[in-house]
Amino acid sequence: MTTIILAIVLGLAFGATLDRIGASNPTYIGKMLNLTNVNLAKTILLAIGVGSVLMFGGQMLGLVDVGHMSVKTAYVGVFVGGLMLGAGWAVAGYCPGTGVVAAASGRKDALFFIAGGLLGAAAYMATYPSWKASGLLDKVLGGKVTLGTVPGSKYDGLLALPGDVLGIVLGLGFIALAFALPERLVPQRAAEQPAE
Amino acid sequence: MPLNWKTGGLLLGLVFFLAVMLVKPIGVSTQFVILDGIIADAVNPDLVTKTDDGYTSTNAYLAKSNGKYAKSVSNPLNYSFVFVIAMAVGGFLSVMARGGLSQAERSVPALWRANFGDSPVKRYAAAFLGGFIVLYGARLAGGCTSGHMMSGMMQTSMSGYIFALGAFGAAVPVSLILFKKEA
Repeated sequence: MTTIILAIVLGLAFGATLDRIGASNPTYIGKMLNLTNVNLAKTILLAIGVGSVLMFGGQMLGLVDVGHMSVKTAYVGVFVGGLMLGAGWAVAGYCPGTGVVAAASGRKDALFFIAGGLLGAAAYMATYPSWKASGLLDKVLGGKVTLGTVPGSKYDGLLALPGDVLGIVLGLGFIALAFALPERLVPQRAAEQPAE
Repeated sequence: MPLNWKTGGLLLGLVFFLAVMLVKPIGVSTQFVILDGIIADAVNPDLVTKTDDGYTSTNAYLAKSNGKYAKSVSNPLNYSFVFVIAMAVGGFLSVMARGGLSQAERSVPALWRANFGDSPVKRYAAAFLGGFIVLYGARLAGGCTSGHMMSGMMQTSMSGYIFALGAFGAAVPVSLILFKKEA
């Protein structure tokens, strides 16, 4: 029961936050991906950094259970699937989570995205045995690994460096990158009206 | 207008941190499979079956990892599924609190309109196709933007970096080609 209450509270917070940062607005996603306004990328970088610093800092202070980490396997299909997701993300302007939030916020095109998504997931379920047989799902680089070796975690580290310290350093790096990134990465076209 | 990136990033980072501190890292795309499974199991009850030590399925994907997905299909009231439903409610409440979306924006978003006109059918077809590719890709990759990229990179997971490289590596060129006009 407690976990269900947590699911409700955390889910509500996540959905509301995605709406407030503009992640469920395809225009805002498109402006990030065509590099005309990367404020959302700055938001994402800052969030990864803040999350990382808090999580690894919390682990070092003994406030966060290392056992709550859940690291996914590395395999070639992660990259191939990433390419596919990226292409669809650019076309639709939605990824799985933001598509759900967008549909709930009244965007009718997001309902079509979800319908397509359910069909795509079903198509994967049907074709999974071929992918499995292809070897593209076999682990690479050690499979479920973190970059450093996190003390007390069940995952191996790619490097022998202390994973929690490395996590904080990388987290600070993400935060610095968020600040350093300019808002616009491509030049303004002369013929166009100034944005906003 | 969205929140400025500093406030927004801090909030989003806090949500990801709280999730991993209290339960586990956030992920969404698996639930598309679970919902497919629930629908398919309602049509064909033989799809997911109970065994002595858990659940299994005639579908190899639902049966993998000792029937982890098959179990969620049989018990939809689990953390991850409820999380995604609550997420939809959270998004709805947030939009309503800021006055809702305009009628035009609800069918064709501004940037799409500037580049491809205001035909809803064209937009719906693109969103459907995009959804298909996104979820097929997410399942092949084993996660999506939230699970692989955000939660993964936050935990310094190798797979998260591989995923982000692929996702942005395709998304940026495709977007540059598609959306030449600015909204």
